[in-house]
Amino acid sequence: MHRPYSNKAWLGVLPVVLVVAFSAVIPLMTVVNYSVQDILDFNSRFYVGFEWYVETLNDSRFIDAFKRQLGFSFTVLAIEIPLGIAVAKGLPKTSRFTPALLILLAVPLLIPWNVVGTIWQMYARSDIGLLGVAINAMGISYHYSSEPLHAWLTLIAMDVWHWTSLVALLAFAGLSSIPQPYYQAAALDGANRWQVFRYVELPRLRGVLIIAVLLRLMDSFMIYTEPFVLTGGGPGDSTTFLSQHLATMAVGQFDLGPAAAFSVIYFLFILLFCWLFYTSVMRRDNE
Amino acid sequence: MSKPQAFSRWVLVLYCIYLLLPLYWLLTMALRNNSDIVGTFQVFPAAPTLANFAKIFNDPVWYQAFGNSMTYVTINTLVSLLVAVPAAYVFSRYRFLGDRQLFFWLLTNRMAPPAVFLLPFFQLYSSIGLFDTPLAIALAHCLFTVPLSVWILEGFFSGVPIELDEMAQIDGHKFPYFFMRIFLPINRGALGVTLFFCFMFSWVELLLARTLSGSEAKPIVVVMTRTVSASGLDWGVLAAAGVLTVIPGVVVVWFVRKHLVKGFAMGRVS
Repeated sequence: MHRPYSNKAWLGVLPVVLVVAFSAVIPLMTVVNYSVQDILDFNSRFYVGFEWYVETLNDSRFIDAFKRQLGFSFTVLAIEIPLGIAVAKGLPKTSRFTPALLILLAVPLLIPWNVVGTIWQMYARSDIGLLGVAINAMGISYHYSSEPLHAWLTLIAMDVWHWTSLVALLAFAGLSSIPQPYYQAAALDGANRWQVFRYVELPRLRGVLIIAVLLRLMDSFMIYTEPFVLTGGGPGDSTTFLSQHLATMAVGQFDLGPAAAFSVIYFLFILLFCWLFYTSVMRRDNE
Repeated sequence: MSKPQAFSRWVLVLYCIYLLLPLYWLLTMALRNNSDIVGTFQVFPAAPTLANFAKIFNDPVWYQAFGNSMTYVTINTLVSLLVAVPAAYVFSRYRFLGDRQLFFWLLTNRMAPPAVFLLPFFQLYSSIGLFDTPLAIALAHCLFTVPLSVWILEGFFSGVPIELDEMAQIDGHKFPYFFMRIFLPINRGALGVTLFFCFMFSWVELLLARTLSGSEAKPIVVVMTRTVSASGLDWGVLAAAGVLTVIPGVVVVWFVRKHLVKGFAMGRVS
């Protein structure tokens, strides 16, 4: 589509730029400012340059939290994206059950995040929770509050429960937009189900899947409330992700300088991942 | 219509069960009193009670908190849509200096972890006297709802052929008339989807809402956590509150349900 070139268009984006500048740029600059200072209290502060950055990058707790974060984010993406597509393919396109199913899918997205944590905390308890009791009754010992592996599995199960719907709703919307002649053409060519999926559906789903992957990547990287409620980062540090570590530093210990340096590095990493994904997708677009 | 695919149907059925079980557990907890929940394991509540709901409906703190939450979610949704609609329109219709960079820069704000902004937000809103008002929380939530709105709307708007704009011009319609009476109504679905996402992300967020509220503007998600600690973890009331917080969301989904699917379907989102 041909779009004319006009710098008057800036008038249209000006409100957005102003709102975002206020709610993002000012706070971000404050963080950057803190990150190069040693702040004892708000009246005595010293410029320390990049000291906090060096310290953070060499901090084994940061590196561990970062590795856990990567493990968590890529695991949930690897489950939620294919599962979401499969669920969307299973949804009937036009049936009287469709609206009800869509609403059911949307429900986990609409529950406040601390409630999500609470539900799973109670649901998975090995003494009084439906899931915990059921698993133990099958003869498998399961205690998420004392076993790191179980805590991990519970967190992943919770995130899949919480967010797969988002992928499914997006994928369903993408599937509904495929015109019927595409399927008829594929049927004439004798394509099997896998080929229909691979060559007809998947290319048309590309746009919504990009949104789904980016949103899940960003949000899983920021996850805080749910693990905070469910496991509190434990047992030990085994489920302490980046946001949690950061909140402990900034609020719990009032280490503003290091916390700010941590924030900047954290933000840059998310930026890097999303940029890599975004440009690799866009490059393929242009080819 | 492609043939129903047995495998996907099974996935759907199993997934729905997986979705429903924790929800069922939330509901049973809401219907039991606290000592019952903590003391015994029951698949079906033996003595269901509405006491938890009664407690919430008889306590003005919950009403206020509910009102506060609705206020900032509404402000946030309105502000997001108001600023995002013109921006998305020009992104979809014009090229201009730095458009691609600006678009990606907007997206980067959606990526900023809220935990990073807790302290600066607190200081910023305290210094301009907005701390503990719904407006502060609404503006803070704009951090992630505005970029998302621009992103979603741009996808939809780009799917509307530019010839529509040209035809309206040839027909002699002034731009405001075209935009308000032709362009936006065509994009109802897009607006519905965006509204849903703004509502959703603002309604469920806890961290920023907690940081930016004192005693006056306390949102419902925060009241929940405090009730828990004050009365020694009353799981029943918490679960009942959890059930109630889902209701506004379901109402929103119900209203936009047709747009939700049609809206996404129209979008050429890339």
